Amino acid sequence: MEFLTPPPVRRLTGEESVTEPLGPTRGLPAPPGNGNGNGNGNGSAPASPLVGGRRRIASTPLAIDRMQAEALSVAYGRKPAVDSVSLPIRQGEVLALIGPSGCGKTTLLRSLNRLTELNKDVSQSGRITLDEVDIATLDPTALRRRVTMVFQQPNPFPMSVFDNVAYVLREQAARRPKRAALRGAVRDALARAGLLDELGDDLDHPALRLSGGQQQRLCIARALAADPEVLLLDEPCSALDPQSTQVIEDLIVRLREDVAVVIVTHNLQQAYRVADYVAFMYLGRLVEYGTAGQLFRTAREQRTREYVRGEFG
Amino acid sequence: MSLLELPVSQPGPRAPRAAQSPPWRLIDRVGLAVAWLLGLLFCALAGALVLYFLVQGIKYVRPSLFLTNPSPGFTATATGGFLDPMLGTMLVSAIAMAIALPIGIGVAVWLSEYGRPAALARVAESTIEMIAGTPSIVLALFGILLFESPALGFLSRSSEGVVFGRSFFAAGAMLSLVALPLVVSNVREGLEAIPDHVREASYALGKTKFATTRRVLLPAARPSVLTGAMLGAGRVIGDTAIIVVLLGATLTFDRSGSVPLLSTLRGTGSTLTYYVFYNAPTGEGNQPTKAYAAAFVLLMIVLALNVGVDIATRRSRRLRWSS
Amino acid sequence: MVEEFRLDTEPTRDSDRRAELMLGALVCLVVVLLLGMFAFVLYQAWPSFSHNGLSWFGSRGNVDSQIQAIFNSGTSLGHEVYAFHGWPLIWGTALVVGGAVTIAFVCSLFVAVFIVEFAPDALRRVLEPVVRLLASVPSVIYGLVGVFVLVPLIGNHLITQGSKASVQGIITLNGYSLLAGVAILTVMVAPVMVAIFSDGLRAVPRGWIEASLGLGINKWRTVWKIGVRTARPAIVAGTVLATARALGEAVMLSMVCGVVSFAPNPADGWIFFVEPTRPLASTIIAFIDDLSTPPMRHTLYAIAAVLLLSAALLSFGGWAAKQPMKRYGART
Ligand SMILES: Nc1ncnc2c1ncn2[C@@H]1O[C@H](COP(=O)(O)OP(=O)(O)OP(=O)(O)O)[C@@H](O)[C@H]1O
Ligand SMILES: [Mg+2]
Repeated sequence: MEFLTPPPVRRLTGEESVTEPLGPTRGLPAPPGNGNGNGNGNGSAPASPLVGGRRRIASTPLAIDRMQAEALSVAYGRKPAVDSVSLPIRQGEVLALIGPSGCGKTTLLRSLNRLTELNKDVSQSGRITLDEVDIATLDPTALRRRVTMVFQQPNPFPMSVFDNVAYVLREQAARRPKRAALRGAVRDALARAGLLDELGDDLDHPALRLSGGQQQRLCIARALAADPEVLLLDEPCSALDPQSTQVIEDLIVRLREDVAVVIVTHNLQQAYRVADYVAFMYLGRLVEYGTAGQLFRTAREQRTREYVRGEFG
Repeated sequence: MSLLELPVSQPGPRAPRAAQSPPWRLIDRVGLAVAWLLGLLFCALAGALVLYFLVQGIKYVRPSLFLTNPSPGFTATATGGFLDPMLGTMLVSAIAMAIALPIGIGVAVWLSEYGRPAALARVAESTIEMIAGTPSIVLALFGILLFESPALGFLSRSSEGVVFGRSFFAAGAMLSLVALPLVVSNVREGLEAIPDHVREASYALGKTKFATTRRVLLPAARPSVLTGAMLGAGRVIGDTAIIVVLLGATLTFDRSGSVPLLSTLRGTGSTLTYYVFYNAPTGEGNQPTKAYAAAFVLLMIVLALNVGVDIATRRSRRLRWSS
Repeated sequence: MVEEFRLDTEPTRDSDRRAELMLGALVCLVVVLLLGMFAFVLYQAWPSFSHNGLSWFGSRGNVDSQIQAIFNSGTSLGHEVYAFHGWPLIWGTALVVGGAVTIAFVCSLFVAVFIVEFAPDALRRVLEPVVRLLASVPSVIYGLVGVFVLVPLIGNHLITQGSKASVQGIITLNGYSLLAGVAILTVMVAPVMVAIFSDGLRAVPRGWIEASLGLGINKWRTVWKIGVRTARPAIVAGTVLATARALGEAVMLSMVCGVVSFAPNPADGWIFFVEPTRPLASTIIAFIDDLSTPPMRHTLYAIAAVLLLSAALLSFGGWAAKQPMKRYGART
């Protein structure tokens, strides 16, 4: 597994930053027609995922190294799930994790904010750093405030929509804020996740009675409200319609300037659309890591080429 | 990678957040400490209780206690053992379970498989809940009314036309109400854990609902039935109030009539719980060593039932339906 | 073909209907039994209530002498006495049950949280069966512990000669006390609560706990705000069941609380805690032998009726408390 770990701070130039969207207008979401594959796994991954355009809203931001996994291995009991993976996570660039089911994407994501520790029989080796500090030395709660996760299964709390988003604001605030004071922040988070219009003013709606896709967007809104530095998204669009997928993808691209975003997806088109860098995992190993263009067009590894072409997985 | 050039300065600071609480506030730490403290205290208390009875029990339990009957007296040697109370415990719980099990299973089956009209189902549910919450002393007084009545008087002793309403029958019948809610809730839980496709498969074979329930569902829910029965039996064995009121509280069997078993069932007697109560310093007997020994035996019975429940639930978990 | 089909299934369908009807009848029987219990007990209690009116629940004079008078009047037909003012019994019940349930509730909640979320695995594996065992220990055994351990402890070490003298002529302080009753009853109902609470906490979907942890909320707050909150129905159910047990506990309390019907008075200072009392249920046990005397009988049934109605009220209270929790609960 050979790849260059780029130096921590650099300016993206060249290929990625100038990739023009194939959509009608630069900076606008790709035309809906490209969203056909959204929400499906890679089962329907087209022969060429490069049909859609890359989403770019502003010119390329700075890229700063935020997190770094170094020879990270995670095992459930004696069954390895992640096998000596090294990988940088940068603010300013979106990293997409792709790979067949069960290859350890979720496990890798969970180890980034130490949620793997909740499972008693998980053993872990290697090092993860956040801003050059080993996260094992941080308080897990403090770490998770900075590195927040949206889960594969939508898991809104059994409360109202409002309380779901306000939960994190209330619990993280030094002094418990009033409901009125939270209103703005809650509506903003919901709007960014594309849920506000749908719900209208009914923020007291029980969260568990939303549809699956609405629940997922609620979970994203909840994570946004936490204002993290690193956002881990585990298949955030797997239950979403093309329209909402677009909203989320736009959001991700916009977020990357302030937040380091990692997204796990089975949708290769989506990975191509939103990600600057793509990591392909297979059986717990990081097979290939590179810019989206390189990985999808000129992958070095045979496996990657096959997967990207939809030949296995 | 020739793309990299122009190393830039570190990015500007993030927009300041609202004042954040520390990850662990003082009150969280205090709460956690209290939880640990109370948890360990609970362990200590539980350990002390178990040890206390183990020591006292081993000190005072004699094989002869199991073989002799209580007799009046003022010394430990004169007052005999607890053969009859022990048999009484078994007898009364057998009667109670013999009544509670069929009724409980029937009610549970109706609630989980039929449940119509819905209003009746709701009423039945609250009825079971109410019975669970009814103090056993109230059940006992209600039992007196029932078994004193001419209709049920033949089940208990009477002298010169006056029915006392106290007998093994009476006590067992009322104790069955103590066990009933536990049987119903456990059997129902077991039945409802069976996924619908099992039922549908049986209907597809042309079996009726009732046949399905009897031949497919109830056998599948057997561990739950067992759990309910054992939990119910545990409550029955532990009850004292109904025994004091309805069993007549004669330390030995006081038979009524001449038919072998029936006379015992129509007569009065006592159980281990009553024996403990009687021999406590506050009771009439006041033989502490006997009270300890009987309490130890009771505890062992309860322990055995608990182990049984554990095994049954483990089995039902192993059989858990994959949906 | 159609005819054959009919012939084949009609009888079985009939028997199915019959089975349903029979089970339904059984259920009705149980319902009728409960209604019958209310009717019978209230009917028997009526003379006592109608003679006393609301003053049945009031406080006037000494309950024990009233009961004595009621008993004595049983032999003189036509001159039955029913005067009964049960406040000391009600107050004693409220104190013992309220005290025990309150203490047990707080402790059990913490203990259940500890067992489910914080205890080391080895400890948890031991504690879970122990809790269930303690929850099913017969109450009379707890009473025995109280009589042999707690009552002497209170009598010999907590109560001084001075405090005994201060209430001389009214009551004797000998360890049989409110404190002993509350303590033993707490120990008795706490395992019931812990067992039901921890079942409820265990059933909280892990996804919700992880979601909260993943948002950077520490484990304690997560358990408290998400776990306990989600388990509220179980917490209500456990509390209702434990309160019902405490309310109906007769024999054990009659062993440790004392034999006089005294209403402990908070104005007495700390002696309040070591004053004897006798709750409603224990009173029935204490006078059960006098059941054959008609006025006595009606009085005892009146006490039972109060217990029964309290239990019904409790059950209803639990139901009402659970209603608002359904709003945000899981999709049904
Ligand atoms: N809690 C667990 N206990 C034991 N093994 C687990 C656990 N979670 C995951 N695994 C195993 O670890 C491996 C990686 O799982 P992981 O969930 O990370 O896969 P994934 O790439 O996210 O798959 P998917 O795309 O289906 O979500 C799998 O082989 C799985 O069997
Ligand atoms: Mg996954």
